[in-house]
Amino acid sequence: MDKLDRAFFALSDPTRRAILARLALGEATVLQLVEPFEMTQPAISRHLKVLERAGLISRRVDGTRRPCRLNEDGVAAIERWTAMMRDALERNYERLDEVLTRMNPPKRKRKGA
Amino acid sequence: MSKLTLKTEGDRFVVATRAFAAPPEAVYRAHTDPKIVQKWMLGPEGWTMPVCICEAKPGGKIRYEWSNGKGGGFYLTGEFLELEPHSRIVHVERMFLPQQTPDNHVETTFAATPEGTLMTMRMTLPDAATRAAMLATGMEHGMEAGYVRLEGML
Repeated sequence: MDKLDRAFFALSDPTRRAILARLALGEATVLQLVEPFEMTQPAISRHLKVLERAGLISRRVDGTRRPCRLNEDGVAAIERWTAMMRDALERNYERLDEVLTRMNPPKRKRKGA
Repeated sequence: MSKLTLKTEGDRFVVATRAFAAPPEAVYRAHTDPKIVQKWMLGPEGWTMPVCICEAKPGGKIRYEWSNGKGGGFYLTGEFLELEPHSRIVHVERMFLPQQTPDNHVETTFAATPEGTLMTMRMTLPDAATRAAMLATGMEHGMEAGYVRLEGML
C-alpha cells in the first residue's frame, strides 16, 4: 500500500478523523485523547498507529510521554491529491464542452409537437 | 476559465455548479449515455475509461473503471435512483481507491438558461465527519491549508 492509500484508509474511520480534528487544535497525549472519545487507551493507541503509518501524525518523546501532532507533510500530500482531483473534474468538464460542441443536438419540433 | 464552483451547504452537503453552452437535452445525454460518458469523464490527462457501465434507469448499475495504461487504476460503482429526462438524475456512488469511500448520494439537475444549461450537482455525504474529511483535504479550494478545515470537524 502506498502512502496515499494508507492516508485515505486512515481517513476512512470516523474516530481517526475526529482524532485528527483534535490534533489540529494542538499536540495531545494518548491520555488526553482517551478522555473525549470514551475509548480504551489500547483502542486509541491502535488508531494512532494507523495515523502514524499513514504519515498523518508524528509523535515525539517527552520523558515518559509520547505526544502526537499533525504531520504537515502528510496532510499536504492529501491536499495535493485532492487538488489534482479538482483539476481533473474541471478537465472533465472542459472535455465535455468539446463533446457537446461536436454532438448533434437532438432534432425536436417544439411547434409541431 | 474555470466555471466550476464548489461550495458547502449545512454540514453534510457539497454543491457543485457548472455552466454549459448546450441545451439540457445534450448535457443530460452526455451524463447517461455510456458511449459519451466514456469520452469525457476521464480525469487527468493520460487516463482512459476502459469499462463504462451506465444503465440509465431507476435501479440501473453504474461502474466506471479508469486506467492510466501503466497498471494504475481505480474504479467507482453506483446505482441510479431516479431519472427525469432531461432535467434531473439522482444516483449514489462510492469510489474504490482501492479503499472504499463512503457512499456519496448525488442529485444532478440540468436547468435551461439563455446560454445553454446550468448543471447543479448536490452531493450528500453520510455524515458531517465524512464531508469534513473530504473538504479537509482541500477539495474546495485546491491547495489551501487543510488545518483550518480539520479544525471544523469537531
